Order: sequence, then C-alpha cells, then structure tokens
Amino acid sequence: MKPHLPLLAAVAIISASALAYEVLLMRLFSIIQWHHFAYMMISLALLGYGVSGVFLALNRDRLVKLFPTWTMANMLLFSCSAPMCFLLAQYIPFNPAEMLWTPMQLWNLCSIYLILALPFFFTANVAGLALYRYKDRVSSIYAADLSGAGIGSIGIMLLLFLLFPEKILTVLMLSGVVATLLVSSHDLERSKPWVMLSVIIGLTAIITPSASIALKVSPYKTLNQLLQLPGTQIIGRYSSPLGLIDIVKSGTTPLRHAPGLSLNAATEPPEQLAVFTDADNMTAITRYDGNPQTLGYLDQTTSALPYHLKRHADVLILGAGTGSDVLQANYHAIKHIDAVELNPQIVELVQRKYAGFTGYLYSSAHVDVHVDEARGYLAATGKTYNLVNLSLLDAFGASAAGLYSMAENYLYTEQAVREYLRHVSPDGYLSITRWIKIPPRDEAKLLATVIGALKTAGIAQPRQQIVMIRGWQTSTLLVKRGIISADEIARLKQFCNERSFDPVYYPGITEQEANRFNVQQQPYLYRAATALLGDRSQAFIDAYKFNIEPATDDKPYLFHFFKWRTLPEISSLMASGGSFLLESGYLLLIAALVQAVLASLLLIVLPLRLWKNKLGIEPDSGNHLPLLAYFFCLGLAFLFIEIAFIQKFMLILHHPLYAITVVLSTFLLSAGAGSYFSTRLTAGTETPILMLPIGVIALLSVNYALGFGTIAEFLLKTGSLSRYLFSVILIAPLGFCMGMPFPVALAKISRTNPALIPWAWGINGCASVISAILATLIAMQFGFTVLIFLAVGLYGLAAWCFPRLA
Amino acid sequence: MKHPIFRLVVSGIVLLFFSACAIAENDFARQRHALVTAIKTETAGTRGYLDSESLDQRVIEALLKVPRHEFVPDAERPFAYANRPLPIGYGQTISQPLIVAIMTDLLKLNKSGRVLEVGTGSGYQAAMLAELADNVYTIEIIEPLAKWASANLKRAGYDTVHTRTGDGYYGWEEAAPFDAIVVTAVASHIPPPLIKQLKPGGRMVIPVGAPFMTQYLVLVTKDADGKIGTRQILPVNFVPLTGRH
Repeated sequence: MKPHLPLLAAVAIISASALAYEVLLMRLFSIIQWHHFAYMMISLALLGYGVSGVFLALNRDRLVKLFPTWTMANMLLFSCSAPMCFLLAQYIPFNPAEMLWTPMQLWNLCSIYLILALPFFFTANVAGLALYRYKDRVSSIYAADLSGAGIGSIGIMLLLFLLFPEKILTVLMLSGVVATLLVSSHDLERSKPWVMLSVIIGLTAIITPSASIALKVSPYKTLNQLLQLPGTQIIGRYSSPLGLIDIVKSGTTPLRHAPGLSLNAATEPPEQLAVFTDADNMTAITRYDGNPQTLGYLDQTTSALPYHLKRHADVLILGAGTGSDVLQANYHAIKHIDAVELNPQIVELVQRKYAGFTGYLYSSAHVDVHVDEARGYLAATGKTYNLVNLSLLDAFGASAAGLYSMAENYLYTEQAVREYLRHVSPDGYLSITRWIKIPPRDEAKLLATVIGALKTAGIAQPRQQIVMIRGWQTSTLLVKRGIISADEIARLKQFCNERSFDPVYYPGITEQEANRFNVQQQPYLYRAATALLGDRSQAFIDAYKFNIEPATDDKPYLFHFFKWRTLPEISSLMASGGSFLLESGYLLLIAALVQAVLASLLLIVLPLRLWKNKLGIEPDSGNHLPLLAYFFCLGLAFLFIEIAFIQKFMLILHHPLYAITVVLSTFLLSAGAGSYFSTRLTAGTETPILMLPIGVIALLSVNYALGFGTIAEFLLKTGSLSRYLFSVILIAPLGFCMGMPFPVALAKISRTNPALIPWAWGINGCASVISAILATLIAMQFGFTVLIFLAVGLYGLAAWCFPRLA
Repeated sequence: MKHPIFRLVVSGIVLLFFSACAIAENDFARQRHALVTAIKTETAGTRGYLDSESLDQRVIEALLKVPRHEFVPDAERPFAYANRPLPIGYGQTISQPLIVAIMTDLLKLNKSGRVLEVGTGSGYQAAMLAELADNVYTIEIIEPLAKWASANLKRAGYDTVHTRTGDGYYGWEEAAPFDAIVVTAVASHIPPPLIKQLKPGGRMVIPVGAPFMTQYLVLVTKDADGKIGTRQILPVNFVPLTGRH
C-alpha cells in the first residue's frame, strides 16, 4: 500500500515540529534554568521515542486498524502537549543549585523528564505507526521523517530570529493542527470530528493571550537577583537563536559593573545599563560622555596591563560585547580599534539603540565593528595588530560552577592561539584575561594550551615570551611576538605595585615575588607556569588533580577539568564545603548517560523478557538479537558522525548558528533523499548492496577525518559563500548514504517479520538518546576524530549483523 | 470560665503548648550541638588554610547559642541545623553554617569592636556577629528581606543590632570606621568606600561563588599604614597537586 502525499507531508511536518520543539526546549530551559541542565532534561525527554517504540510494538495490530484516527489523535495531542508540558515543567520547583544538598531535587528533575517526554512520545507514535502501516514503503515514510527534521532545523532558526521563544510554542501548536488537517483531507467525510477539533485547537492557540505563556526564570539567575533591587526594571528585550537579551536599568542603586577592579581603585564606573543573555552572563553598557577620565576605573583592572608595557597603534578586540574593552582601549588613546562581536543584536544596541548613551562608541571614526565569529574574522583578514585582546568572555558564576565543562569552545585551543599570534605584529601582544579560581583550573589549562601552542609553532624559548599577572578576581596572560625586554618587566612590576596585583610569571621571576598582595595558600599559578614552561610539563599535568591537558580543535573543552582520580577526595570533602570542587557539568553528563542507559535497558530488555510473543518474536528464536544490535548500532553511529562533523565544519564555517543549521539540515535532507532512493537497493540482493552505502560512509568519514586539515586549509582561502557551498557538497553524499541502512533493513524485516518494525523503531530511538550524550563524553575524552572512527566501526558492526536480520 | 472542667481543659492545652515548645527548643538545641560538633571536626582539617589550630572558642560558643531556626523560613525549619545553605526567598540563601563559622572566625572580632555587614539576608550572620561584638551594623537592600531579618533579630533577642534598608556600596558612613566588615552580598568588585571605612588593622571578609556554593573566601586586610592586601582562602583542605610531579 502506498502512503498518500498529504500523509507524507503530515509526517514531515510532525517531524519538523519535533526537532523544532527539541531545539526550542533547549532555548527555553537555558533561559529559565541553565544550559547544561537543559541539555540533560531534553536528552532524556527524547526517550519518549523509545517508549513509543515499545508501546507500538505491543499494540501494533490494534492501533494499525485505527490508523488515521490514531495518527490524527497523536498529532493533536502533540499540539496541546507541546505548550502545556513546558508550562507544567517550569512550575515544578526544580532548583539545580540545590541538587547537591537536597535529594528531593532529583525527583523534581525526573518529573520534568517524564512531562517533557510526552510530546516526543506523540510525535514518535505518528512516524512509528506509519512505518508499520506502510511497511512496503518504509523508505518513503522514513524519507519524509528525515526531510521534515531537516526542514525543522532550518525553520526553528528562522523562528528564533523572528519570535520570542515562548511565542514559538504557539507556532508548534498550529503545526500539529495543520498536520491533522492534512491527514483528514484524505477522507474528509469520516474525519469531520477531527477537523472540528483541529479548528478549535487552532483557534484556541491563536486567541490565547500571549501573556499566559510566560517564562518562569529561576530566582537564582543574576537577572532576577538584580530585579530585586528597588526601582530596577527591564527596559528592552531582544531574542535570537544566540540568546535572549534583557536590558535592565537600575533605579536608586547604580549598577557599578567593574569586575577585577583593583582594591586601590578610588573611582567607580559611570552610569551603566545591565545586559543579560539568557537571564545570566551580565555585562554592562557604560555611559561615555567623551571624557576619558570617567573611564579611569578601566585602568585599574589586570586587562589594562598591555597598554602599560608600550604604546599601541592598533588593537583587535575579540568578543567586544557591550564595549568595555573598547572603552578601555579608548582610555589609552588607541588610534584604531577593530572590534569583533558575534551577536548582531548586541552590536545594534551599542551602535544604534543606545548610541547616545555610549557616546557613539561603535560609530567612532577610529572604531570598526565587525559582526563575526572571532576565528572566522581572523581567517578572512590579513591584518596584524599591536594587540589582540580577549577578556572575560564568560560570566564568573557559570564558569566557576563548572557549568561550561561540556560546551565546546574554539576560542581557547592551541590552534586558536596560533591563529591569534599570526595576527599579532612583531613585538605586539596577545592578551587573554580570565577569572581567578581557587584552586586554579582554567588559568592553568589556558597556560598549558598557550605554551603547547607556542611549542608546536616551533618557538624555541616560550618562557621568554610570556608574562602573566593576577588580582584577587582576574588574571591576565600576555604572549609577545618577540622576547620580553627588561623595560617591559620593569613596567609590569610598576603596574602591579600600583594596583596591588601579583606577577604570576615573567622571565626571571622568583617565587617570593609571586604571592605578595593577593596571597594564596601557595603560589599555585606561578608554580603551574614555571612547571609548564619547563621540561617536565607533562608530569605536572599528570600530577595535577584537575584536567589541565591543553585544549585543541579536536578536543575543544577548555572548561573540562574533571579527573576520575580526584573524585574520591572531593567526595570526602563534600560536607566540609568542598562541593564546588565537583565539576558538575561533566558529572551531570555522566548521570544523564547512566539514566539513558538504564531507561533504554528497561524499554528494550523488559518487554523482551515479559512480552516476547507480543513483540512478534518467535519462541526460542535468536534472530531478534542481530536486529537489536543492528538498529542500536545505527542509532549510535548516525549521531556520532552528525555531531562530529557539525563540530569539524564549525572550524570552517565558524559561525556556530549557521554552521549547525547548514550541516545538520544538509545531513538530514540528504539522508531523507538517501532513504527515498534506498527502495532501489531493496529490489535486488540485499547484503552486497547495503555494503555499498556503508562502504561509502566509511570511506568518506575516514577521508574527511584524516584529511580535514587539508580540506579546511583549502576552504578557508575561499569566500564565505563558497565555504558553505563546498561544505554542503562534502556532507551531502555522506548524509545520502547514511539515510539508507535504516530503511533498507526495515524493508527486509517487512518481508520476513513486519511485526518487529515498531520494536526496531524504539531501539533506534533509545540508541539516539544514548548516542547524543555518549558522543559528547567520547569527544571530551578522546576527541572528535576518535568519535568518527568509532562510528565507522559501528556501521561495520551493523553491516555484519545485516545478513542475520531475517 | 469558672467551670472546673473547662479550666482543666484550658490549662491542659496551655501546658501541652508550652511543653511542645520546650520539647522543640530542646530538640533544636540538641541539633545545634550536633552541628557544632560536625563543624569542629570539619574545620580541624582546614587549619593550614585558616592559620589557626581550630576555630576560636568564642565563635563556637556563638554557634551554640544563636538559634539558626529563628532565621530560616518556616518551611526550612526542619533543616535549620543541617550543615548546608538554605533558600530564604528573593533568590537569596542563608550560608552553610560551616562557612559562616569560618567567615566569623576570620574577622577576629573583639567584644568592643565595631562591625559592619553588607547584605543582612535572614539576619543569622548579624546575630553571630552580635555574640562577638557590641556594635553590629547591618544593611540589606531588598526591603522585604530587611524587614524579615529585623524581626528575626528582635525575636531572637538581638535588639542591639543596628539594621538599615538600603544600598551597602557606601557602607555606613556615620558609624565608620569599622574593625571588621562582612560583604555577603556579592558585588562585581569590592566597593572602594568600604575599603575606606575599614580601620587600619581591620579585616574584611567576602565569600565568592554562586548561590548555594561558596567557592572561596577573600580576606581583605588593611595594615597600620593603610596598605591593602587580600588572602584567597579555600574553605576546605584541598591541594591541587599530588606532589608527584
């Protein structure tokens, strides 16, 4: 039986909506909670796919008789549950900050998973039952499902530019309604009640006041804490996929945002407006009346050091944000400043909306603002600068609590440092300012990364080119393109003495000089710097209780400090105030993996034990085991490759949003096309033909992984449009082949034991959930290249299982 | 009212009420004692970080005396003597007792000393300070919290603590200079006016970290010449190197 076109369109719409809902939930929970919890909640909510597979496997024959009704019911249930489940989940009093103290919070977290799993359960039911209903045409259904997801990945990015995230819930509600109407159009007479219900739900979605879907932001996020102050109010709100921006004006109490200010400073900042991204990560737009004296406080921070070592003609500020580093350069009368900022909305605020407030800072004749990703800008420019500056690009709170541990960051890798240094003119500096942590973690890892970059760049004497200082709150590391002179050292000492900062390292420093003003239990950073610059740097890295291995483009995790070896010691210190030593981001990822594995075992093994017959497995038959292995391997491998190449191509395409959107949608759309094309493979002998797409996947993946340096080198020399075009050309054949193994195997099962189709769908769903979490953990430990090779191995294993599927 | 049975019932209820209160108070005292024992054990490991063999006996006595349950919301009372931070509303927390003990110890207060707290919160830290110094001034910017803390302090018998609602950035000019300052409301930087209001020889303590999680303590000292220095103190005994390198 052939699925009619409206049904395929409806499956595609539901699949698009499910992917959009997944991305949207990540945005919404990143705003109301924190990103890493959002990641865990949504990863586990996707187990709704696994639950659906088991549910369909046990009830398939009953449900397939009611196919149109069942499909429309699930589509409308998705419509209603998408906004309702989110609203319900945000009313669960889950406070991540209390998790280590209150076990009750774990139950709250589990309740959130379960609630959020519902909409995914409904969407999975639609595709899962359609695969069973049209078992002769599984490739068409799967193609619609994948293509829909591809369109969804583009659609949600567009929607996030156009609408506030909470408003998109209404759009998703309507998409479920449209999908239902499409299915009903095939047999309008019998579907009248469903049409009526769809119209009612649609109208409800449209006329519901938007205020009824309000975000309930955690009271512990810095935005809400600032709003507690009398007279403080939000005066502007802007949204994009890069984040929700809130502008806050203080009332009676001035904002006074001046992180890292010296204790000797007597001045305070001028009037400021607070800028929050996702209700956190506070920065400030500072009033500037053209009088540099009002900016004196900016000379009292560690990041002012490079301006005191010598005069600079031009400066490049990476991550210019709301402009405080540009103001600092202004204060030091820099003739030309290039400021690079990723978020166009932030630039728009400083350049237009608050142009007068900032003294037309971003429109000044000597300031050029570039809306670009830092490394993307550098790849496209041949300019060199006296100073390249990166200061405090992440907020203290999240950074200190280890929340960024699983977030890739390509700004602080060996390759990035080498790229920065290529754009530093001779005798110029690269300056990186970071938060102080006790005991040191990212400062030590950054040092290891910078020193590693210098060593691999063939610098003979890195110890002659580095200086570092620290205050009580921030540290600044300078790398010079040349040898540090005695005059520069004298100036550094004077700068530190005047501001009560401590030198961490300069050529010729002694331990006594490194711990005078801001006394630490031991001169940790001095010892780290001298050890890392010495011959036994690897021994120091190994002996350190946190992971301070240099970050690279293949393992871009500057904030991943976790070492299993240290866990018992930290666990023993939990009650004595040592909970902050736990790298919570990494441990949450492990916790998510454990939960996903346990849930998958429950969903796969339990029905196998209890209802083997009902699943459609013949007694004493071992045939289901290769099937289980096959679909599990596919579920893991597909996402391993997808995730690894999204990250790899980000190095070529640079802009995180566009890179993710282009790579993901290309993978999904081409896989959809591959699935559709796979019908031609199923007509002849299966095994050798399946080997063809798997062989191509292996060949392309391995070649891309091993030759990525050459590909990147070639593409980075081309224009922006060509880079995107070439990336699509490179990914499309890979995605095309990756779309085939799933429908080819389903088609084979449909001829021998079609009852197993829903079960296979569920296995694949469970594996996908595990895969997303496991991929991050593997990449953190071994890098993306290893991840790709593992995926190829998994495809190989699937190919071995394929002949045994019958 | 004159009926004997009625009188008996009323007396019974009153007695029951008072005995329940007494039992609860006794229970709280027992829990407080257990908490202090735990804190003493845990701080024994931190002596290398605090430059003293153990917590000041006066701090321990203050911990034993201040009824923490009077400074937490009703819903949190059962956990008042757990060694953990607790939510007090408005996105604020009452610090872990261990951290409060270490912070108070670091101030090295004299009975006649003058101490300022910026960020009253629930009033618990102010009560601890009041046990050790005669002149305690505390400022809270969130008005409902300030009122609640003031009521908590009065109810617990700390009438001498001077409370104020307002911005702590400029300290308490009329009462300055101070022998000690505690800044529990985290700012992006240490306010210069507070450093100015610190007496030569004075000490200021600032906890640094996210809600529910103190990362480290900053001890700011001003020497006799007015020179400022800081010490960054880890509240636990943890050395980042294994010593094998």
